[in-house]
Amino acid sequence: MSLAALTLHEAGEKLRSREISSVELTEAVFQRIAETDDKIHAYITLAKDAALEQARRADQQLMRNEITSPLLGIPLALKDNFLTCGLRTTCASKILGDFIPPYDATTVQKLRHAGAVISGKTNLDEFAMGSSAENSAFFPTRNPWNLQRIPGGSSGGSAAAVAADQCIAALGTDTGGSIRQPAACCGIVGLKPTYGRVSRYGIIAFASSMDQVGPLTKDVRDCAMLLEAIAGQDPADSTSVNRPVPRYTEALTGDVRGIRLGIPREYFVAGIQPEVEQAVRAAIRQLEKNGAVVEEISLPHTEFAVAVYYIVATAEASSNLARYDGMRFGHRAQAKDLTDTYMISRDEGFGAEVKRRIMLGTYALSAGYYDAYYLKAQRVRALIKHDFDEAFKRCDVIVTPTAPTTAFKIGEKTEDPLQMYLSDIYTISINLAGLPALSLPCGFDPDEMPIGMQIIGKHFDESTILRVAHGYEQATQWHKKKPKMEDR
Amino acid sequence: MKITREEVQRVALLARLRLTPEEESQLTEQLDHILGYMEKLDELDTSNVEPFSHAVDAVNAVREDIVTNRPNADALLANAPDRDATYFKVPKIIE
Repeated sequence: MSLAALTLHEAGEKLRSREISSVELTEAVFQRIAETDDKIHAYITLAKDAALEQARRADQQLMRNEITSPLLGIPLALKDNFLTCGLRTTCASKILGDFIPPYDATTVQKLRHAGAVISGKTNLDEFAMGSSAENSAFFPTRNPWNLQRIPGGSSGGSAAAVAADQCIAALGTDTGGSIRQPAACCGIVGLKPTYGRVSRYGIIAFASSMDQVGPLTKDVRDCAMLLEAIAGQDPADSTSVNRPVPRYTEALTGDVRGIRLGIPREYFVAGIQPEVEQAVRAAIRQLEKNGAVVEEISLPHTEFAVAVYYIVATAEASSNLARYDGMRFGHRAQAKDLTDTYMISRDEGFGAEVKRRIMLGTYALSAGYYDAYYLKAQRVRALIKHDFDEAFKRCDVIVTPTAPTTAFKIGEKTEDPLQMYLSDIYTISINLAGLPALSLPCGFDPDEMPIGMQIIGKHFDESTILRVAHGYEQATQWHKKKPKMEDR
Repeated sequence: MKITREEVQRVALLARLRLTPEEESQLTEQLDHILGYMEKLDELDTSNVEPFSHAVDAVNAVREDIVTNRPNADALLANAPDRDATYFKVPKIIE
């Protein structure tokens, strides 16, 4: 077995006991990328030379016992919407095709200080807008479980890279499900923390009231370790919250006795793939067997979430993306006057989905429509959040499927934007309410595609989510299965 | 019809997006379909609901107004499409 197949905690133990070096581990990861990425296309940019340099430095620090960070010497991949000083960052858009950031995102700084090795930048839907990684301006990423299927999105490159052992773990961002849905599609663990738990400074903004950074990992322990490394208040992000960061790994007791699992009836309705429902219900029974208590709950405004999300997210995106004007950075077209320079630069730089969302958001915010769309959506959003506040009076976590189906075929939904939006139906309410939620593997469908279970927690209660996820994982072997990377 | 071709053209100008005639037709149709779906929200009476403002209880975040990063004009200009010494060079805006 390649060293690249190790989990973060396994690799860390081997590094600290000197069984392996970070250079060996990093070389194994790049060997794996060389063998598999012409099929998967998970990475946009590789950083091999810098990574090996970071690995050599980590090995010296390991020799001197200088840093005790669990990330020391560990190769991690970053979604290509994290600013990395000196390393090209494209957001999978032609408008940033040759952009080299002059500074690091706060989360990237934290990884560097912890001695992590950065393997490269992974593919995504352009500006994180999509559920399949097909909206990348460069190429679609393939699902390692079946190369004809999508890896999910928008963090599809990070999820595929973790599943294919092209890194030890990865970071992504999640605005409406962009960590959890690809984690489900690729059979790995993905966590969207509470809004405000992790700094977004240096993350390319999409929808600022919902964007959040989180880990994509091979198991729950890795997820807890990586979250602990990136969480905390940041003076450079005024929305990050001043709260102590718990030792998340201490929550992994294996004991779920007495934990109340809320099961929302609105999440098990028409449209769900039968095998997905069966697998999630079986996982709930497993947790019940281990001592958890099941409560049926109701989230009555669930059916309005997709409409609310695609008004709020596009409105925020249309103003966030106004900065791409071709003046100080990014693509600039040659044109006869200033207005044409803006219009042609943005036409040439943005892809079809990004344009569609800018149009929708601009419309929703424009004079005469603001009250009917944006304000109305924010009122319904308050009702959606209230549903969760009420539900959490009766339970500690809420358990649902992560997505209504397993990974669909490449090209299957590209012609119908609304169908694509509906694949986020189980994940977007959580962003609207600012809650933390995790996806972990809970089975496979008859086509051997992974199924994800979502565990939603109270604000800032990632610990209980991780405890339940770990308790389930201990009782199963799903996370140990590896993809074959074949056409099927 | 929720949205007309003329409105699509007006919104494209507001958003500073050049669209081809084909894109205008396609977007008119697609936005009409998506906005139709959003009419679902009209089923709810929200006249007594305060609009959502923030997911977690937060107060204004303030700090001392002091420079914490070292000015570095070259680093900031490195991605400029066009520059002149330490200035961004942009298209002429007045005749």
